[in-house]
This record gives sequence, C-alpha cells and structure tokens, in this order.
Amino acid sequence: MNGFLALLYKELLRFWKVAVQTVVAPVVTALLYLLIFSHVLESHIEVYPGVSYTQFLVPGLVMMSMLQNAFSNSSSSLIQSKITGNIVFVLLPPLSYLQFFGAYLIAAIVRGLVVGLGVWLVTLGFSTPTVPHPGWLLAFSLLACGLMGAVGILAGIWAEKFDQLAAFQNFLILPLTFLSGVFYSIHSLPAFWQAVSHWNPVFYMIDGFRYAFLGQSDIAPGFGLLVVAGSFVAISALSLLMLKSGYKLRH
Amino acid sequence: MNPNHPAISVRDLCKRFRTTQALDGVSLDIQPGEFFGLLGPNGAGKTTLISILAGLTRADAGRAAIMGHDVVRDYRQARRALGVVPQELVYDPFFNVRETLRIQSGYFGLRHNDGWIDEIMHHLDLTPHAAKNTQSLSGGMKRRLLVAQALVHKPPVIVLDEPTAGVDVDLRRSLWEFISRLNREGHTILLTTHYLEEAEALCGRIAMLKAGRIVACDTTRNLLQRTSEHCAALRLAGAPPAGWLERLQALPDGGWRFSFSEYNELESLLAGVRSAGGRVTEMQLLEADLEDVFTDIMKRT
Repeated sequence: MNGFLALLYKELLRFWKVAVQTVVAPVVTALLYLLIFSHVLESHIEVYPGVSYTQFLVPGLVMMSMLQNAFSNSSSSLIQSKITGNIVFVLLPPLSYLQFFGAYLIAAIVRGLVVGLGVWLVTLGFSTPTVPHPGWLLAFSLLACGLMGAVGILAGIWAEKFDQLAAFQNFLILPLTFLSGVFYSIHSLPAFWQAVSHWNPVFYMIDGFRYAFLGQSDIAPGFGLLVVAGSFVAISALSLLMLKSGYKLRH
Repeated sequence: MNPNHPAISVRDLCKRFRTTQALDGVSLDIQPGEFFGLLGPNGAGKTTLISILAGLTRADAGRAAIMGHDVVRDYRQARRALGVVPQELVYDPFFNVRETLRIQSGYFGLRHNDGWIDEIMHHLDLTPHAAKNTQSLSGGMKRRLLVAQALVHKPPVIVLDEPTAGVDVDLRRSLWEFISRLNREGHTILLTTHYLEEAEALCGRIAMLKAGRIVACDTTRNLLQRTSEHCAALRLAGAPPAGWLERLQALPDGGWRFSFSEYNELESLLAGVRSAGGRVTEMQLLEADLEDVFTDIMKRT
C-alpha cells in the first residue's frame, strides 16, 4: 500500500463509517424531492414530447445528489481535519501534492457515485429504468463528480472556518445546482436567464446526464462534456497549484 | 542515509509571521544518537523551528536537513527519517487506535506493519485500547497515540514538542522511560519542554532560544556549571555581622541565604561572622539547577 492508497482508503473509510449521514440521508432527500415535485407537477408539465415529468426529473435528481455529495466529501473532510488539527497526520508523511489531490478526488467521486446509484435505485419504482446511452452516463458521472470533488478540495483548503465553507456551499454550490435545470428545462426560462444558465457548468452536467437517460437534451452532449471536462481541468489545476504551494496548509 | 551527516542540521533559518520575527538566523547541528533539548519561553520560536523541520512551515531564508536530506528539496526522504509528536492533542475521531496506526503506516508506504504496531502499542500501554475510538480516549491516552503515530515508520529522528504538557506524573515517567529507551537504541531525540528538570535529567545537550535566536547551546553539564551565581544557606548563632546584612536574605526558617559569584566571597563572609564573635551552626551549598541557568541566561540576553 503506498501513501496514496492509504489516504484514499482513509477517505473512503471516513465516509463509509457514517454512511447513514453520507449516503442514506441524501438518497432520502432526493426521494422526497421526487415525491413532492412529481406529485405536484406530473400532470402539468411535459418538457420533452413523450417524456413524463417524473422521467425528466429523475436524471436531474440523480446528478444533483452526486454533485452535492462529491463536493461535500472532499470539502468537509478537509475542513474538519484543518479545524481539529489532525490534518498534520497527512502533512507529516512523504505524500506528494499529486497523491494528496488524487486521494481526496477519487474518494469524492466514489461517494458521488455511491449516492447517485442509491438515488437511481430508489427512483426505479417511479420511472422506466432505461439508459440508452451508458457511455455518456459514465462520462458525465465521472467528470461531474470529479469537478465537484475538485471544487470541494479548493473550498476545503480555502475555508478556515465552518461558516466560510457553509457560505461557499449555500451561496455558490446550491444556487448553481438548483438553477441548472434539475427541475425544469432552461428553454422554459426567459431569454436572459437562458443565457445566464449557459455560464453555469452544472447546467451542462445535468443536461448531458439527462441525455444518457432520455436521448434528448437542450445542448448537444458532446459540447456539454467538453465544457465539464474543461472546467474540471481548470479547477484541478488551480487546486494542484494551491496544494503545491502549500497555500493555507503549510505556512 | 549518510552517516557523516548530522541527524538534524539547521543553517541561518529565518521565519517571519506578519509582525513577529519567529526565527532570526538559527543555526544548529544535532548529531545522530543525541538527546537534545530545545528550551525557551513561549513564543521563542521552538514550535516554528520544529514545524520547519517537519515541512509544516516554510522558512523565509536558510535551510534545514534531516539525516542529510533537505526538508524542502528532498522532502520525501526527510519526512521518512522524521517522526513528530505535535504539541496539540489532535486525533481523528472517525477511527479507532489500531486503524489510526495502520493508516499512518500506510501514509509512509508501509504494508504489513502490524508486528511493529503491536509492539509500540504494547510499550505505550495502548493494547487494551486498540479497538477504542480515538474520541473516547483520555487525554493521556491520546498523547500516547500521538507518540505511537510518530513512531509507526521507525524514524531515526524523533521530535517531541512539549509532549508532557498537561500529562500526569505516571504517564510522564513511563513516556520518558520509553523515549530514553528509543534514544539508547540509537534514535536521535529532539525535545522541547517547559519542565526544566525534565530537560536536565534527560538531555545531553541543550539549546536555549529567545526571540528567535539561540542564546545558549552547550552540554547540559557545561550549562549547569556556567552560571556565575552560587548560593549557600546558612544558620548563624547570633546576629549576622553588620556589614553583611544587605547581602543576606532572610529565610522563613530563621536561616540566611547568601548569593555569590566567587567562592572567596563566601570565605570573607565566614571570616566576618567569626571576627564579629558569631558562629555558623549549619551551612549548605545549593547547586545551581537548569532553572537558575535558564533564568540567568534569559535575563542577561
């Protein structure tokens, strides 16, 4: 077991030990969204022809849960370690900044995927379980969880207090995910807000992921994947620079 | 590892935190196998120095090396050679004692380290607590776990930053027995402590830091001999001679304390007592301890 694997193992074990909070709770939350929104809107909205609102909603909810949990995993692990001081346990060993980044990133992706799978499983009873484009599903899941895991690393390194992280989550992550077309197609928005949505990377994640399930989307999935991949590379590069310089971790 | 290198080598180290100069040109060599003490008042720069050795803090200028490995350029080898017991009582509440030690071994790339983990747990009396969550450990047990964590990769150099602060007497004693054993087995020990009698008893050599500078660095024996102040406690039959009263300090038991720098001053006092018709009924020479030396050096610099 090299240092990277040990850190990955520790990060996985960390969230798995509190799986009720880190896996079961988000699945239940997503299920509640599904029950309420599909109950209220099922008979009123048809986003794409021949696609029921529930069918439309499920991929968005799965993706939203994955994103939020991937972000939570890396960010909360880092901030907890920084505040309790046990971050020294990973700063003292000979781990490189790449190993450090990789371990937190992959753990975040795994948490995202496990939660996503859980949400998808409980929604099976509500929508037709078909995935015509599994390749897109895999690509969007991995890159989107990776992107949010990297954002979580960034936020976890930057934040010095819990409320700073909460601000990051409530004023950036939550609006970006809610205003990304999880619950609606952005074509239903006024032109201005449609244009704004195109600057939101989360919109491309939801839209592309939905394409994998429904074969229909607002944007061509290839372009969406490019945007997500580009964002992932940019955020990862920034996180790696921060880690390499020791920003806020090594004074 | 090159045997010709010092275990710890520090050259012209400087570090500034906003308005305070934490380290102001510190140079120091600690040889393999030494038990070295780093003393100084709060804020003298002890923890900053240790943090730079451990790679937790980056120096503004100067360099530091562990077993010849530069702590920045060859950080991997440097950190592999170093075990650090941090000052803060930190722990990860997600894991139990054994998990903590296994994970820490893993960070150093060590697989199948259970034999050694069992051994350190045994020596630190952690074995009965192996399956306990770290959160449920007492303060003393958490401290032992930190020591164990610093040792999982068998580092040749061990740094302890005030390891006995707030630790009860029994634990302190057993901790020192263990650390002394490690030192006898060849580990180099660097210790910071506030308990001067601890440093006096354990350390072969001591450096004193003040405001980021080394103000004294010598063997413990030389430091103890270095103080210019000697002291005697006397009991006199009758009043002390008139001319000497201001140099004598009354003790609560009715005796007198006499501080002097040269022994002939004591002779003069005794002669003064005799010529005044008095008599010394009891006299005790008090040897300087590290605390006197420390206070003396801190005052003079």
